[in-house]
Amino acid sequence: MTKLLELEDVEARYGPVHVLHGVSLAVEEGTIVAVLGPNGAGKTTTLRAVSGTVRRAGRIVFNGKALSRTGPDGAARLGIAHVPEGRGTFSELTVWENLRLGAYTRRGSIAADVERILTYFPWLSDRRRQQAGTLSGGEQQMLALARAFVQRPKLLLLDEPSLGLAPVLVTEIFRIVRELNEKEGLSVLVVEQNAHLALQAAHSGYVLEAGKIVLAGTSEELRADESIQRSYLGY
Amino acid sequence: MLRIRTSEFAIPVALCVAGAIFLLVGSLESTQFARLTVQGVAQGMVYSSLALALVLIYQATHVINFAQGELAMLTTYIAYQLIQWGLSYWEAFAATLVIAFVLGVILQVTVIRPVQHRSVIATVIVTLGLFLLIDGVASWEWGAQLIILPSPFGSTDLSYNVGGVLIEHLWVGTSVVVLLSLAVVWGLFRFTKLGLAMRAAALRPAAAALAGVRVDVMLAIGWGLAAALGAVAGLMAESSNLFLDPGFMQQPLVFAFAAAALGGLESPVGAVVGGIAIGAFQILLTGYVPALGSNLQIPFSFAVILGILLVKPNGLFGRRQVQRV
Repeated sequence: MTKLLELEDVEARYGPVHVLHGVSLAVEEGTIVAVLGPNGAGKTTTLRAVSGTVRRAGRIVFNGKALSRTGPDGAARLGIAHVPEGRGTFSELTVWENLRLGAYTRRGSIAADVERILTYFPWLSDRRRQQAGTLSGGEQQMLALARAFVQRPKLLLLDEPSLGLAPVLVTEIFRIVRELNEKEGLSVLVVEQNAHLALQAAHSGYVLEAGKIVLAGTSEELRADESIQRSYLGY
Repeated sequence: MLRIRTSEFAIPVALCVAGAIFLLVGSLESTQFARLTVQGVAQGMVYSSLALALVLIYQATHVINFAQGELAMLTTYIAYQLIQWGLSYWEAFAATLVIAFVLGVILQVTVIRPVQHRSVIATVIVTLGLFLLIDGVASWEWGAQLIILPSPFGSTDLSYNVGGVLIEHLWVGTSVVVLLSLAVVWGLFRFTKLGLAMRAAALRPAAAALAGVRVDVMLAIGWGLAAALGAVAGLMAESSNLFLDPGFMQQPLVFAFAAAALGGLESPVGAVVGGIAIGAFQILLTGYVPALGSNLQIPFSFAVILGILLVKPNGLFGRRQVQRV
């Protein structure tokens, strides 16, 4: 398998605050990779380093291309869809306009992709003209996913999809992410506090603590690891 | 959702309908009232397009562009210069819109962009500086001349006779030109991918960038569009003036501020409605209460607007966020 995304010794800071101290990780093409870790470990910053929404140093290679100077709009054009924490839905625009924005980097009609995504989120079809801000939190998260999908990305960066959602919805969202991965071949780098769910969906994972990768392995290996069980899975 | 929106805007919409009925009934009752109403609406259209230019920039950057009026004045002089060089009025009009757009883009990139991330105040002060600079340049270049730019709608004596009411070509022409340009701007934002990207960049720059929108480019285009709208306002305001003079857009700018504040600084529809309302109010007031003359109409208009803003601080069409968490 080829590496779609590779981070080598990536550092990032917000002003004087150093958040990432040399993070190295890789996402193989066609896999889901989870990043676990406590609050403030730098999980969100790792995703932001990839999409260029934070200043970073070190080597980031995506699809054979170095991303060191690429900003968020450039990353989107290269095929990275970042669904940020808090979803990044345009609450003032309609559902349909949100989907059209997802296709901003593409030319031509998006009808076929919208039809496809509606098979995953059938309820979206009668809500096209509804203002996105009036959707429930779970629906907004799903709309954010749908928007990212219409972007036709090679890599999806998913930040805390479970944040503020009811457990049923969280399970549903991870099921859809898994389905998108299996049926559409979408590669995913997901950051998640809920280690249990994340390891269920992901093929492999990394544990990030205080801005450093402290553990890496396949999902089975991580689930079997004693320290993970103690700290994150609650056994 | 429709229900939320109608309840949110019920009062301003009712006010607008009431105002429209008042103007309509008055116009049917009296030819004098009808004439003043049409004149006022035409005058208001000029405020509307300038107010919309202000709103376009305010929505995207939360900055009031104090130079908007002077920019409109400058582009009007450019149109005059083009006519001097042999272009017909409408050729010059079209060329001026293009020049204004380019000028707006250049100003945003060279003068505004370096300061826009510092603070709103810094940017506002830069626009104030632009105001003074443009004013100075125009006065220096053209200020000493007596410039008469002919109205594109013919002499002011030309009128249509609508059921006994004499309506000047100038008023109809002004209204039609402004309405056309508003329609173009509306269509751009409503139906095109570029317009959608511009709205997204104004609403949530970070999220728009993640979708692949180049936010800086959108801001520059926004300035260009605002400058072009301002050029329409300048040229139309000029056509009802006798002479062209470097200060001629200052009073319209004050009324455009008022229109934008009245309609809600973040609402394009509010800016347009606010502009028309202020224009009609201003002309009717001067027509029926000559005692207020041309000197007292400004404070009186502002007193009324202040009253409305005391009740609706976000302006008539100011939107409170509709959001479920």
